[in-house]
Amino acid sequence: MSAGRIEKRFAKLKHEGRAGLITFTMMGDPDIETSFEILKGLPAAGADLIEIGAAFTDPMADGPVIQVAGQRALKAGITLTKTLDLVRRFRATDQETPLILMGYYNPIYIYGPTRFIKDALTAGLDGVIVVDLPPEEDEELCIPAIDAGLCFIRLATPTTDDRRLPAVLAHTTGFVYYVSITGITGAAGAQTTSTADAIKRLRRHTSLPLAVGFGIKTPDDAAKVARVADAAVVGSALVSALASSLDGAARRSGATVEAVLGLVRDLAAGVRAARKEVVG
Amino acid sequence: MNTAINSYRAGPDERGHFGIYGGRFVAETLMPLILDLEKAYAKASADRAFRDELDYWLEFYVGRPSPLYHAERLSRHLGGARIYFKRDELNHTGAHKINNCMGQILLAKRMGKTRIIAETGAGQHGVATATVCALMGLPCVVYMGAVDIERQKPNVFRMKLLGAEVVPVKSGSRTLKDAMNEALRDWVTNVDSTYYLIGTVAGPHPYPAMVRDFQSVIGRETREQIMKAEGRLPDSLVACVGGGSNAIGLFHPFLDEPNIKMYGVEAAGHGIETGQHAASLSAGSPGVLHGNRTYLLQDADGQVTEAHSISAGLDYPGIGPEHAWLKDSARVNYVAITDKEALEAFKLCARLEGILPALEPAHALGHVIKLAPTLPKDHLMVMNMCGRGDKDIFTVADALGVGL
Repeated sequence: MSAGRIEKRFAKLKHEGRAGLITFTMMGDPDIETSFEILKGLPAAGADLIEIGAAFTDPMADGPVIQVAGQRALKAGITLTKTLDLVRRFRATDQETPLILMGYYNPIYIYGPTRFIKDALTAGLDGVIVVDLPPEEDEELCIPAIDAGLCFIRLATPTTDDRRLPAVLAHTTGFVYYVSITGITGAAGAQTTSTADAIKRLRRHTSLPLAVGFGIKTPDDAAKVARVADAAVVGSALVSALASSLDGAARRSGATVEAVLGLVRDLAAGVRAARKEVVG
Repeated sequence: MNTAINSYRAGPDERGHFGIYGGRFVAETLMPLILDLEKAYAKASADRAFRDELDYWLEFYVGRPSPLYHAERLSRHLGGARIYFKRDELNHTGAHKINNCMGQILLAKRMGKTRIIAETGAGQHGVATATVCALMGLPCVVYMGAVDIERQKPNVFRMKLLGAEVVPVKSGSRTLKDAMNEALRDWVTNVDSTYYLIGTVAGPHPYPAMVRDFQSVIGRETREQIMKAEGRLPDSLVACVGGGSNAIGLFHPFLDEPNIKMYGVEAAGHGIETGQHAASLSAGSPGVLHGNRTYLLQDADGQVTEAHSISAGLDYPGIGPEHAWLKDSARVNYVAITDKEALEAFKLCARLEGILPALEPAHALGHVIKLAPTLPKDHLMVMNMCGRGDKDIFTVADALGVGL
């Protein structure tokens, strides 16, 4: 049933003939209630699927923007338990929008993978992206999660060649997240042509929806991706917008929620205006 | 480890696990790279020409074998065990770190890599990496925590003189763990050209095994040298553990000798009970960081906590996964020595033996000072003097309240 939310959302997007917008914001940034206010406002602002960041002290795949966001969130007292609480509160008013938790393995490992899967599903989470769990380490979380109905969304990257792709896709459910650059989050974007080629390559290996992320900052960037992929993921740009709205002590200002949601509306307009090309 | 163990030297398995520890917990972008590295290393280590080349550089450039020295005055002073120092502080660049750097730089060249990156804490690994890069004519970028840059200025300057670019890391706790995060971020970005030269037995497979193999020259030499000096194997081995590369280098060739006791000495900082320490085995719990599962200093939410030690080289909240496994299997005893005890050991060694130990092996010496008097005079103890203390004189002066 929870795998259903992601599947249904992509089916709906397909029916509408457009790509989706996936947003990423860090739970607890700049404080727990503000991050929830933003989360609650995302669907109306045009987010089709929502990634929620689970803060970690050592985010080795993230650029400075998301690193600092995680530090703000930890300072504000966020934990994995409180992150799942936000999921539960979100589900009280929204039963449709898929929620995907993105983070690193250690907090989940300490929480206990089995307990995490159970609590995440109960809270209403639809999927997880665990940056530092490649297919080589599938037994503990990935396979039990999929068996329980929690999607395990895997990253594919420019270094994932055709020989390796089948292994990466073997235990991927929900959608595939293509990281369009070799680099950390928030880095310079990829060339649209290389992304289009990569999407073609991925389509030969999977029928799952394909989302593209890393380096997408503007409505125009998002529109370009929306022409070739099933969804565009925007993270660092939203977190940056949030950061610029904070006061000198890194606390929310009156403009914080709108800084994020306003950008989401612009990005959604870009994605929705892009006419999807048939690729591959 | 509930099944009988035939050998403690068989790990890791083909997926890089030592029991539940080790593994490959990295972002997908890096997976193809570490699989390539694993293949390249397997090929090189089976190649006679590679081993001969490494032996050449170790002998004529690093200055191996390092002596096994009978510390007679210290032994007499402590009034118990017969203490030997394995003098790895006499290597070129002043520490054991170069044993591993020499091996990895030759591998990087074989793999056609054109740019080297490294992390460093105390700066010893950074200096050793900058040195081999200068020697081989390869550009070198060293990531170092901003806090460590401040407390290890001589090594920072040394690296720059050797032509390396030292990048201050201002994220997180601004120490070694953050330098490692930053090096991983660089590697994710520069996948084609760059070789990540990890300085300790941590990180994703194959690093823990590969770095151990390169450092095992310490134990192999010790074995030959003690046989020559005493006609028998030692009774105990003592080494400090931060990430754990000098300790595993000494221990590994002896792991299957059941009568040899081994002590890995962690940094207890201000004392384990204060919470300000770097003793991940004594006071941490299993977790996943920097590509492997191992003992970590962390809170109840799985957030990594900051380590503290007077020694920048031991100031790391994790430990190599093989040590985690050796702890659980009880083959090695892990103990901890405080900043204060290490400083006392430092002073004693300077006066009695004319050797300024680095603050890292001063921790090992701190345990030798406790242990040796309790042992008989025919007990043979080998301690790894893995680095020299010249780099630490400012820290020591500061701790002793002396203005320089």
